Amino acid sequence: MATIRKKTKESTPAISTASLPDIIFILLFFFMVSTTMKEVDYKVKITLPEATEVKKLENKSLVSYIYIGTPLPAYQQKYGTKPVIQLNDQIAGLDQIAQYVEQERAKRSQADVPKMTFSLKVDENTDMGIVTDVKQELRKVQALKINYSARKPYKKQN
Amino acid sequence: MARKIPEINAASMADIAFMLLIFFLVTTTMSVDMGINRKLPPPVPPDAKPPKVKERNVLVVLINKDNKLAIEGDPADVSTLRDRVKEFFLNPNNDPNLSETFYISDLLKEEMNKPKPDQDKIRKYRDILDEIGDVKKSKGVVSLQNDRGTLYGKYIEVQNEIVGAINDLRNQLAKDTWGKPYDDLTKEQQKLIREIYPFSISEAEPRSIKTK
Repeated sequence: MATIRKKTKESTPAISTASLPDIIFILLFFFMVSTTMKEVDYKVKITLPEATEVKKLENKSLVSYIYIGTPLPAYQQKYGTKPVIQLNDQIAGLDQIAQYVEQERAKRSQADVPKMTFSLKVDENTDMGIVTDVKQELRKVQALKINYSARKPYKKQN
Repeated sequence: MARKIPEINAASMADIAFMLLIFFLVTTTMSVDMGINRKLPPPVPPDAKPPKVKERNVLVVLINKDNKLAIEGDPADVSTLRDRVKEFFLNPNNDPNLSETFYISDLLKEEMNKPKPDQDKIRKYRDILDEIGDVKKSKGVVSLQNDRGTLYGKYIEVQNEIVGAINDLRNQLAKDTWGKPYDDLTKEQQKLIREIYPFSISEAEPRSIKTK
């Protein structure tokens, strides 16, 4: 009997990988859209203190930031060398905190307002005076959920 | 023989895309957004009377502008703070200088005998008795006071130790009851533990503290 054989030895066709990058691009666009990198320009120098009992901020969209530190060298002529408060990307005074809280609350829906947290990013060499004043201002407008930003130390966890 | 023109090998395009993807995955988590969660007390009108608290139920922690610590009036080191706070809340030997602790069953009875019992509290106490057992709850408060000149780094260190002490107590109870650390519990279980060990920290207005 004539053995049936393939006429030529054909290699199995290579799996087309042309669509792999498309899948990756889809994932990439997803990440580019869903995660936003902080776009606020720091006008103050902040070295966060270390703390072991830190917890991740749960819902980043409901967090507003208040920065306190000494102005960067570029801004020192205008604002001096004592610690100042930065709200969003403007250096502000204590009296503008209430207004800032209202603005931040307006950006979120009514239902989310009680869940909002204010994260205080304060340079570790700041004196407590200004921090306490900021906390008092927050209390006056009933912004009671706060978070002291801190770094986790590089110790090995056991 | 006419061969089929080979398709452009697109494998390297996937590599480029992987690189971009990993870049974004890494850079968007670079902002350190962790911190110590705290709740500020609501503002009180200046003429409101402070609530009556027994002196034994208050652990006074002071930090002066030289960043020195004083617990209950005696100079102390930050490293001792965590254990002192734990001891203050637990008070295993019923030391009259440390906080008062009550059994949940007694608190439940007390609540039920009130003219207007708080049903939420009663439900919580009952749940605790069912799930955890008859543990003791402290009436203690840690009162933290700092000077306006205190360094923020020091203040955070002290806050960290106090919060750490309460977290340690919570983890201990979670492990004893369910064998898991506090963060691995369900929301309901965490609620019960929070009821027994609340973040009972009070902060006063800063003023100048005399250095010892």
